[in-house]
Amino acid sequence: MNTLLLPMFKKKYALVGSTLLAMGLLFSTSHVSAHWAYISNEKDDTVSVIDTETNEVIKTIEVGERPRGVTLSHDYSRLFICASDSDTVQVMMINNDSIEFELPSGADPEQFALHPDNRHLYIANEDDAIATVVDIETRQVVSQIDVGVEPEGMAVSHNGKYAIVTSETSNMAHWIDTETHTIVANTLVDQRPRDAEFSLDDTELWVSSEIGGTVSIIDTDSKKIKQVISFKIPGISKDRIQPVGMELTSDGKTAFVALGPSNHIAVIDRTTMSVTDYILVGRRVWHMALTPEEDKLYTTNGVSGDVTLVDVKTRKAIKSIKVGRYPWGVAILPKDKIPQ
Amino acid sequence: MGVVRSLFTAVVLCVAPISLLANTESPELVVDILYIEQRIERPPVLSNLVTWPEDDGEQGAILGISDNNTTGRFLGQKYTLQTLIFDIDEPSDKRDEQIYKALSAGSLLVVANLPAHDLINITSLPAASDDLFFNAQSSAVELRNEQCLSNVLHTIPSRIMHSDALIQYFTKKRWKNIFLIEGNGSGDQALAEAMRYSINKFNLKIVEDKQWIENADMRRNASNEVPVFTQARKYDAVVVTDETRDFAQYIPYNTWLPRPVTGSAGLMPVTWSPVIEQWGAAQLQSRFSKIAERPMTDRDYSNWAAVRAIGEAVTRTNTTHAPAIRDYLLSDEFELAGFKGTPLSFRSWNGQMRQPIQLVHSRAVVASAPIEGFLHPVTELDTLGYDKGDSQCQAFQ
Repeated sequence: MNTLLLPMFKKKYALVGSTLLAMGLLFSTSHVSAHWAYISNEKDDTVSVIDTETNEVIKTIEVGERPRGVTLSHDYSRLFICASDSDTVQVMMINNDSIEFELPSGADPEQFALHPDNRHLYIANEDDAIATVVDIETRQVVSQIDVGVEPEGMAVSHNGKYAIVTSETSNMAHWIDTETHTIVANTLVDQRPRDAEFSLDDTELWVSSEIGGTVSIIDTDSKKIKQVISFKIPGISKDRIQPVGMELTSDGKTAFVALGPSNHIAVIDRTTMSVTDYILVGRRVWHMALTPEEDKLYTTNGVSGDVTLVDVKTRKAIKSIKVGRYPWGVAILPKDKIPQ
Repeated sequence: MGVVRSLFTAVVLCVAPISLLANTESPELVVDILYIEQRIERPPVLSNLVTWPEDDGEQGAILGISDNNTTGRFLGQKYTLQTLIFDIDEPSDKRDEQIYKALSAGSLLVVANLPAHDLINITSLPAASDDLFFNAQSSAVELRNEQCLSNVLHTIPSRIMHSDALIQYFTKKRWKNIFLIEGNGSGDQALAEAMRYSINKFNLKIVEDKQWIENADMRRNASNEVPVFTQARKYDAVVVTDETRDFAQYIPYNTWLPRPVTGSAGLMPVTWSPVIEQWGAAQLQSRFSKIAERPMTDRDYSNWAAVRAIGEAVTRTNTTHAPAIRDYLLSDEFELAGFKGTPLSFRSWNGQMRQPIQLVHSRAVVASAPIEGFLHPVTELDTLGYDKGDSQCQAFQ
């Protein structure tokens, strides 16, 4: 494990000494300032939980087969897990880590997004070219919508009006009206679109294209692309720069883009729409999540089997945290929601 | 007997209620693709395990149509596949008459599964001059070189792309001294020629260059025959060229020296293989086996890639006019996600589709070429096969 400690940590440890450190471990159940990061491990059928203060794995939970997308309910009482090879979405209780029930998801669910109503889950069914809408309360499929080949990325706008699904082989972002559950528009993007994210004010939709090597920024009103961002890392072949997961900060200033097998994430200044930094993380970086304060970013690195902690302010990778095999998705539970 | 079939009924089932979609106000665009195949005789082989699917290639084109239609339903496009398949015993004059008639119907998009000489004859017809052909079967090097034709693009790699891929890996592994075994078929000789070209290009050495013995009884006696045949003082690896899989599978573990066997057995360069799972390929594999009920082959993949390339060009240019499709495919604009880790495109100097070549054994991918470290000023994919400077193709200038 490649451990890089923050200078701050070093100082703290030096001051308190090993006795207090041992005590700290004894009392590790009280999480005053730590959030929990839930990481799905695609090839281990587990979810690892990382304490964001100690940045250690505090528990590993067994879940269904091939867990990929993970997301928390808006009240943070449940974790939804796409168990792709079990063909189900599992609903895990945060208070006791048990699977409360499973949702009918359609075959091979990969990613999903939760509507702001905290009730409707939009799921991409990769093998069947459909998107499934599930009502979490009645546990019923509300609708299935035909989409393009290999639907992958899912997003719901913050105002709840649109659900987006990207289809990897059709190279489109499909705009689904969440009231009628019909496709109202399709935006063609570059090859193999993966992730979709709305800006906080919903005026922009960001779509990453893995094989095209670009991120398209689409205007929500016109559904047309207004800007395309490409990437260039010195010494790394263009073919290895494959944009996947994205995170947008809530202040509207910054975007982070995971660049897959180039083992870097890009930092985009959204005021100038230019790439300002590339940060080296683990191998084959998939997805990312920001802490609630947006001061730390956690990346899942599929091939190296670890999670990289990035300090948002300094744009530096701080630490690698070993998790299970092929970590894929990540969701962060705020500290005040952690069960006591 | 010529078989003319239409997938039109299958296609209609896939078309979604387009009227619901806001941005498909343009009238429906129908894209007809003609699929021509001359079934070929496979010579008898020693092993009962070696079989070739009857619908090899065709199923790849069918999947390509299905993928295009799933996308096309959002864009007001409808793709159909008209198939012209000729059996081995079809008289060539009757066949040519049918093909000539089909090609006279204006500017066509044609996926061709033909041996090299038939491909040249047919695509040189005056009626074919405004059509665009995709060669999805023949890996003959001369079709990309001195015999290239401007209305033919190649989605299947040339033999030299395969041999370059393998020999790049040899270079990385420092397997410098090579024992080459050439089979007796014409394809085997052509593949051996490609291997010699690549070995020379990457500055490795052939220490033995032998023609396979025809009267060996490999099924019962491989452990006696092969050690004697492969006796030599020193070699780092064996390269076998045996495209019909007549004897190659009996070479591994029987060589005089304990060395890796490559080429047509052991470590093999492939266009596609069921063992490819990375780069999202598992999804393509499962979509294919769902419709074809068998694994996807090199030829299936090349047919799929041809139909998908057409789909991508139509989507981006909004035309079905063959010369316009050709211009777009040969431009820098075109790229296609092909489940091999890097986008596929076409070489503007000979119409060959650029693509990675995987090196596999029967259960796993060993490496993907271009092998890291083989650099190129434009794209590393052009380290496989004839690069612009080496090409003798004139028709594309």
